Amino acid sequence: MTDLFLESEAERLLLDATTSRSRRVKNRLASIWMLGSLVVALIPLTLVIGYVLFKGAGELSLAWFTEDLPSITRKPGGGMGPAIVGTLLITAGAAILSVPLGILGAVYLHEYGGKTYTARLVRFMADVMTGVPSIVMGLFIYTVWTLQFGLEGIGGSLALACLMLPIIIRSTEEMLRLVPDELRQASYALGNRKWRTIFTVVLPASFGGITSGVMIAIARAAGETAPLVFTIGAARNLNLNLFDGPMTALSVQIFGNAQTPFDAAQARAWGAALTLVGIVFLFTILARVISARVARRHNA
Amino acid sequence: MSPLSTDELVVSRELPGDNGSVLLGSAARRRGDTLFRGVALGAGLVVLIVLALIAASTTKEAWPAFQQEGLSFVTSSTWIPSEGKFGALAFIYGTILSSFIAVVLAVPVSLGIALYANEAAPRRLRRPVVYVMDLLAAIPSVVYGLWGIIVLAPAIKPVYEAINGAVGGVPVLGWFFNGTSGRSFMTAGIILAIMITPIVTSLSREVIATVPSAQREAAYGMGATRWEMIRAAVLPWSRGGITGAVMLGLGRAMGETIAVALVIGSQAQITTHLFEAGDSMAAVIVNQFGESSGIHRSALIGLGVVLFIVTILVNVSARSIVTRFDRRSRGV
Repeated sequence: MTDLFLESEAERLLLDATTSRSRRVKNRLASIWMLGSLVVALIPLTLVIGYVLFKGAGELSLAWFTEDLPSITRKPGGGMGPAIVGTLLITAGAAILSVPLGILGAVYLHEYGGKTYTARLVRFMADVMTGVPSIVMGLFIYTVWTLQFGLEGIGGSLALACLMLPIIIRSTEEMLRLVPDELRQASYALGNRKWRTIFTVVLPASFGGITSGVMIAIARAAGETAPLVFTIGAARNLNLNLFDGPMTALSVQIFGNAQTPFDAAQARAWGAALTLVGIVFLFTILARVISARVARRHNA
Repeated sequence: MSPLSTDELVVSRELPGDNGSVLLGSAARRRGDTLFRGVALGAGLVVLIVLALIAASTTKEAWPAFQQEGLSFVTSSTWIPSEGKFGALAFIYGTILSSFIAVVLAVPVSLGIALYANEAAPRRLRRPVVYVMDLLAAIPSVVYGLWGIIVLAPAIKPVYEAINGAVGGVPVLGWFFNGTSGRSFMTAGIILAIMITPIVTSLSREVIATVPSAQREAAYGMGATRWEMIRAAVLPWSRGGITGAVMLGLGRAMGETIAVALVIGSQAQITTHLFEAGDSMAAVIVNQFGESSGIHRSALIGLGVVLFIVTILVNVSARSIVTRFDRRSRGV
């Protein structure tokens, strides 16, 4: 245990010799609380990932990825193809909508707005917007889109885009802040105008960091359920068109199947959970790898 | 610090009226600059527009229900869609109680991890601790819900029964630790606690990282143990920021839908008994939306409006605390 608290043997001996027993005991108790907290947090993480792996792995097969959803959910059979495709398509749609907008918004905040009143307001509201519950985003898109155009994939994309936008704005702004001003000045000195400087110098310089933030936002959006429930409907068959007719998604399938008492449906929920966690972890780890590489280059 | 910022330098380049100068480019090219600035500004303003639209469009759809119920929408706890009665008090209570449980459970753990990662862990362990919290944060809420309903709820029921048997009849303790439902306020609170721990941890960690090392060294220099150093130097400095982090966690917990919908038990009741089934605003919306129509649907969207207002209030106050704290720690 000693090792987990940075205490070398010498350090500990010194502590023993110079501090009273009650102070040492308090210090030790505090250390146990801190390490204990980490252990407490690890328990649910291991349990959840363990269950998802063990219960979900049995479901995965070629048919799982290719076949349509079964028409009778309480019996085994069928696949999760439409939901996997749905999750990927809807999330991709959300990324196409929110990434350019988010990056442009961040460019405004850092390169143009700075400390002006408008910029501070937008920055604050973007922070507030990250706290808007995803279900409210779903209801919002339901009222402004689904009521007019019906249940379709793009509604889900719009709702997810609303969730991603503030995350992308804030993380991109942090990355733009890391670009040294000297780079901008050098570009101006070469006669580049500001917009060219932004496109050819500032954005390329922060490309890695921005990508990492975008990946985090995508991972978060791909796992969302509530915004999709009201907007994309429920399809059993493969639908590749975001703009026409209901779709389905992994998260929605997990939610639906988890509520049923049938073994086959619950097994399907675990399989979908494993697939979804796989997709989400992939993006999270990609983001980590990219940002670690950026940090290394930054330090070098 | 240079005497002029880059922006000011750029402005001064544009000073005299030499529009056609070779160096400065043509007026058309300068218009490109203005145009791009406008586009970027527009992208920034989308945030404000979306927030305003959320408020306007959901309120509009919810209006029939608000009009019919008036204040009793939030003061009555009678929610009977078939009779057209929509009082949301029990759901508001459930939202508050379950997120309160979550915060009580999550804060000591989050703070412990944040302090461990920043103050106590050996350097080589710090990064892995952060990775682990990232993974915890990355798991989708519906997966926590699935685990909660199929694994946790049945497994924790005997625990509730035992506690209920032991203290259910005792005054004070019995008021709270009562009931035997696997899907309950408490189960929802536990799942929510797991879900908000990563965000509270990472925000607290950021705050704790801003404590100047001089303060730590001063405390150590006076012979403080690590815990005394934390109490004297780290906690007083970061109190504001940690409060903000906890409130952001609270806001997250209040808006969380799917996991709660699966494990809270879906029964509208106001009770202090933590081990009994309840319901929350977000859970009701998602559970009843599909089979609703007309004024019922309008009332559900109304719940969304209430949720939106509450979470905005919580978030705005949390962000103000964090911002004020930020400014202080940067010495502005």
